[in-house]
Amino acid sequence: MLESRPTPKTARQLLGRYGEDRACDYLQGLGYSILERNWRCRIGEIDIVARDRDRLVFVEVKTRSAQGFGHPFESITETKAARLRRLVAAWCEHRQVSGVKVRLDAVAVLVRAGRVNIEHLKQVL
Amino acid sequence: MALAKSLAVSLLGLTATAIEVEADISSQLPNFVLVGLPDASLSEATARVRAAVVNSGFVWPARRVTVNLSPASVPKQGSSFDLAIAIAVLAANGVVRPNSLADCVLIGELTLDGTVRAVNGILPMVKAARDLGAARVMVSRESLAEASLIAGIHVVSVENLKQAVGWFNMTWAEEAGESLNAGRFFNRSVGANVEGTRDNGAAPELADVIGQELAVNALLVAAAGSHHMMMVGTPGAGKTMLAERLPGLLPDLSIEAALETAAVASIAGRSVFATDSAALDLRPKFEAPHHSSSMSAIVGGGLRTPKPGAISLAHNGVLFLDEAPEFQTPVLDSLRQPLESAEIRLHRAAGTAVFPARFQLVLAANPCPCGKAFAVEGCKCTAISRARYGQKLSGPLLDRIDIRLVVQPVSVLKQKMHIDNIGAPALTTAEARERVNDARQAASARLKKTPWQTNSQVSANYLKGVLKLPGQVTRALDIALNRGRISMRGYDRCLRLSWTLADLNGRTAPIAEDVAAAVLLRGSDNPLGLQ
Repeated sequence: MLESRPTPKTARQLLGRYGEDRACDYLQGLGYSILERNWRCRIGEIDIVARDRDRLVFVEVKTRSAQGFGHPFESITETKAARLRRLVAAWCEHRQVSGVKVRLDAVAVLVRAGRVNIEHLKQVL
Repeated sequence: MALAKSLAVSLLGLTATAIEVEADISSQLPNFVLVGLPDASLSEATARVRAAVVNSGFVWPARRVTVNLSPASVPKQGSSFDLAIAIAVLAANGVVRPNSLADCVLIGELTLDGTVRAVNGILPMVKAARDLGAARVMVSRESLAEASLIAGIHVVSVENLKQAVGWFNMTWAEEAGESLNAGRFFNRSVGANVEGTRDNGAAPELADVIGQELAVNALLVAAAGSHHMMMVGTPGAGKTMLAERLPGLLPDLSIEAALETAAVASIAGRSVFATDSAALDLRPKFEAPHHSSSMSAIVGGGLRTPKPGAISLAHNGVLFLDEAPEFQTPVLDSLRQPLESAEIRLHRAAGTAVFPARFQLVLAANPCPCGKAFAVEGCKCTAISRARYGQKLSGPLLDRIDIRLVVQPVSVLKQKMHIDNIGAPALTTAEARERVNDARQAASARLKKTPWQTNSQVSANYLKGVLKLPGQVTRALDIALNRGRISMRGYDRCLRLSWTLADLNGRTAPIAEDVAAAVLLRGSDNPLGLQ
């Protein structure tokens, strides 16, 4: 399932990929199983699809190396949240999934001076 | 701590409601929501508060922040809640110790850099905070002097949000002597800061009026009994000059009365202090709105939230309407109700505001549009234009004016006498005020057991009951009443004037001469001389 992931090219993309890797480690540490990463379609991209017991969890990951532009969560605007909701529907249709409980989470990964700080907000969108 | 509360005050007119500002930080995507019936200007607080917190060096929570202003049913407006909102959010975020907020009311607007700014209405808000049981109130540095006028509440003044946070966390304290009043207020007993000024250097001098003995005397009577007054005369006769000298004759206000007037001034964003001083202004106010003024400028109003008008700003002082017939007739007639009730009730979308409006009304008018009706040259107006001019002043309004005086132009002889310094010296403001003071004392001693202080306030029943005068004294009045020259209300007004004249002349009760003078001062029901 992970074969479709594109290779990161720029420093930004590298940081993003690094943050998503850390987020996956963190979620797996919580007992989630990762189903899919960087699923793309016409609407956009879902960073992580995971399973938390009987629930599908769609995770938006935001990574920052410094807080100069504000907290990572602050960049999730109302427009982006609406797109994520459409993406969930698109994913479910694509994977022929129905009748399951879903949840949208946000994970902020702060990388500073080699230290990684992870914040996790459940059921946010 | 994800939930914290701070206290604020919401004003509608002079009525205050305690507002609890609750801040909740919940695990949601960052957002700042302000609920609890804020108006447009208050909704902008979210932008100001956020910037002020961040620019003061504090961390804005990267979560959903919900601020509720309760009770939600009370409409709230303005920027005075900024400080309370910022402190509540910081307390919810664990920056401020939340238990220190319990008895402190916060009043202040925030700028984007975290400076605490003064807001209008500090005086009534601090008073309300005390009456609602708060032990402390936090205001901006500029508002310290005004807030300290209220006794019985500790005032903390801060320059910026950082100091406010420091004060609650006990890492910052006010330095004594840092500001004008700080020293006084730290070791003051209740009310020690209320120190009025009686300085009257700016008031115009009564002795500058040439001639016009009758008008000056009428002014004295008006001041002594706080009677409403109307002056009709040709342009240049000195009506405005006389009216401007009336406040100078009035005695100083009591501290309570001065604070009532100051509360209205505070809401209107005016200084409550005497010129160049940090002491409460004890002199009666003189409001002279232009005749183009709208209804809401005169009686108060505003679209959603009522603001005080000229009649409330002139509370315990003088409202002078120059060129009275030029005012819009509805504006003039809107004065009738507050003239009776000494307050004004304004109903607006946001609610009902009550402002005090115990003012002494002084009207000035030309006798006709050309102004020459009483002059030697004669009037050039047509009958219909004179009638129209006269109709601007309605009967019910004129009926409420005790003194209706025709002011004659100063004669050439009088002017010559003045230049050559012949004749009796003119009455000075100081002498006149002393006479007014004596008369007022006599009146208040007589009215000691009544709710009234001056003769103009005394009820008709009391005049004809307890203060009944013998028949031979009121004979002139009785005849005028029988012949239909004066109305019953006019009769009562003449009686009130008679008592003021007696007080001014040092008599314990009016004699026939006082009653006759009162009838003269009361003048015609038709002061513009219309047939």
